Amino acid sequence: MNKKNKNNFTNDQLMKFYEKMFLIRKFEEKAAQLYGAGKIGGFCHLYIGQEAVVIGILSSINSEDTVITAYRDHGHILARGVDPKLVMAELTGRKDGISKGKGGSMHMFSKANRFYGGHGIVGAQVPLGVGIGFAHKYRNEKKISRVYLGDGAMSNGQVFEAFNLASLWELPVLFIIENNKYGMGTSIGRSAAGGELYERATVFGIKGEKVDGMNFFNVSESAIRAREYIEKNSKPYIIEMDTYRFRGHSMSDPGLYRTKDEVNKMKEIDPVLMMKETLLNDYKIKEDTIKDLESDIKKQIKDVEKFSLESPLPDLKELYTEVYL
Amino acid sequence: MKILLPALSPTMETGNLVKWLVKEGDSVVSGDILAEIETDKATMELESPDDGKVEKILVKEGTENISVNTEIALLKVDGEEIEEIPEKPIEKTPQVSSNVSEPLTTEVNISMNSLLNQTKENSGEKNWSEKEISMREALNQAIEEEMKLDKDVFLLGEEVAEYDGAYKVTQGLLDKFGSKRVLDTPISEHGFTGLAIGAAMAGLKPICEFMTFNFSMQAIDQIVNSAAKSLYMSGGEINVPIVFRGPNGAAARVGAQHSQCFISWFSHIPGLIVIAPSNARDAKGLLKSSIRNPNPVVFLEHELLYKEKTNVPEENDFLIPIGKGNLIKEGKDVTIIGFSMTVQRILNALPSIEKLGISPDIIDLRSIKPLDEELIYNSVKKTNRVVIVEDGFGSTSFGSHLSYLIQSNCFDFLDSEIIKVSGKDVPMPYAENLEKLALPNTDEIVSAVKKVSYIN
Repeated sequence: MNKKNKNNFTNDQLMKFYEKMFLIRKFEEKAAQLYGAGKIGGFCHLYIGQEAVVIGILSSINSEDTVITAYRDHGHILARGVDPKLVMAELTGRKDGISKGKGGSMHMFSKANRFYGGHGIVGAQVPLGVGIGFAHKYRNEKKISRVYLGDGAMSNGQVFEAFNLASLWELPVLFIIENNKYGMGTSIGRSAAGGELYERATVFGIKGEKVDGMNFFNVSESAIRAREYIEKNSKPYIIEMDTYRFRGHSMSDPGLYRTKDEVNKMKEIDPVLMMKETLLNDYKIKEDTIKDLESDIKKQIKDVEKFSLESPLPDLKELYTEVYL
Repeated sequence: MKILLPALSPTMETGNLVKWLVKEGDSVVSGDILAEIETDKATMELESPDDGKVEKILVKEGTENISVNTEIALLKVDGEEIEEIPEKPIEKTPQVSSNVSEPLTTEVNISMNSLLNQTKENSGEKNWSEKEISMREALNQAIEEEMKLDKDVFLLGEEVAEYDGAYKVTQGLLDKFGSKRVLDTPISEHGFTGLAIGAAMAGLKPICEFMTFNFSMQAIDQIVNSAAKSLYMSGGEINVPIVFRGPNGAAARVGAQHSQCFISWFSHIPGLIVIAPSNARDAKGLLKSSIRNPNPVVFLEHELLYKEKTNVPEENDFLIPIGKGNLIKEGKDVTIIGFSMTVQRILNALPSIEKLGISPDIIDLRSIKPLDEELIYNSVKKTNRVVIVEDGFGSTSFGSHLSYLIQSNCFDFLDSEIIKVSGKDVPMPYAENLEKLALPNTDEIVSAVKKVSYIN
């Protein structure tokens, strides 16, 4: 057994995780392409570079656990198992989108897959996620609410109110900071005073740690440790993921705030490529097996694209539906 | 030294002497508890203002409705008797309005009760078993009944549990339901409102109390962006069954940051339901409907109405439908529209209006969003004249929108301009006379009615 694989995943399981990471990567590349072609409008925040975070966390999730995140949500909803066709059709603003074309890139939800969005206001998803954790505890459900937030949100006031409430009321919440070093164009050094971001939660009595978020195995190990802690102690936990986005904040980001060298250097630790290399070298998975998987995904993405462009625009009468239930 | 019944809350006008803890002849030192006084909000202890001997008790324990500043006991102060400084009579400032001396709340609850009884008869409503209770008791009953019926309903907010509610609305609920379902929060509106909305997204039915709606501004992003919009942006996937409730508008002399009506703010937002009851009966029926509603409801109460009583049905299945206004007085000459506290203001003006020979339709909207447009337009088509009364600031207000709706739907029926009597566009002043001037008053309502009726 490889020493990196403390979680005893089988090769098949690891291939599934790799498949998801690769799917997210290819999905996002296609989204960028469709955006450039004018098929996707508005804001579109890509997850490229951060795939190990969401899939590493996924490796620790029970299917009943709930997930909530902010606006960089394509990877999260795909990880949760929602059909990529429905996600892409939402990006193209079509009738068959997961939110019927009424939400867009930042607002996608699926109760069946326990995914609670998809929120566009930085920080707002954190109290909401704590509330979902409250509901789990209220109903004596053995579920954990997984709440993703960026480094930018870590300077937002309501996040600290949420930490306080989660710890005070001992709610089953895992906070995951995706520290990709920039809140839009402002580097973490220019926005956050003091030490590590996760330490801002530990003052509320929340235990936590910082992890290499580019490496699936490290993320997974930490996520499983967190799950065990939350289940055993009925208290929240926080993990800060050291990660990086290879693309801009959104599609309209000129990227003036960081150098090409910096981005290229980070691409040397591309989480998808590193995972692939580990599978090839340490798990002796055959190159052909991986190639087959990758070509299947590429084919799938073609179908996803086709579906998202062929789906009709929403019916005009949809304008006034679902304002109230 | 005279011991007077003190004002122990901003809205207290009378109090009950629950119990004397001293008797005549007892020696006391400054700070000793002399008596327990029940105010409109809580039972408070009355402390001795000085060292001395209780000389005479002037008001027996158990006496109710004692006016503030009534002499209730005499204290013989140790040592030299300090001469009491007579209060200098306040010079009357030039009258800015003729009725600045109008009492904050008038004794209109009897007429409100009789008006409600009348409308009940007219509507042929089922005969309920009723009891006369205050709005605060009615709200408390509504919450208790719904919490008994549905275990997904829970209550959270500042001081709702162990303190028994800042305004006694949630009194006793902690004892009945326990700390799992009645939760004191930290002073953390943005956080606990977001938490409550998240819990609602996950299927619970929170009642989120704001100690006053002034504090809801801390959380307005969560109310507008998370609660109101999620159903739509999720294509119908995520609904948010939550009630935000608490007192709204100006209470009595609590200053600019604690005296604002937010009806125009919340009614602007698609996805929110906005309710503003004027009396105990409606408050109960509408709060129960709000708790059962699958959408986010902003339920705006009024502190000055909490003590007002009407007959209220005791049955569990008493509900008032959301979106239905109430024609509380039927007339023919002019339509006067109000909601929440302004219904009381209209009723205060009613005798003067009737003296002019004018018989108004008075509409209590109850529900601001959705709005009972049919009721309004039918009345306007009959009377051809409209006066709207709102406590909120007049500029870009709900009343402005209402007058737009009326002119666009009843244009050919109007015999006069529509007049809106609103709160003045100033932060609420503290001084008693200025505060009264800032809010709609009887004179303004009567003048508006005269103007739309072309009476000089």
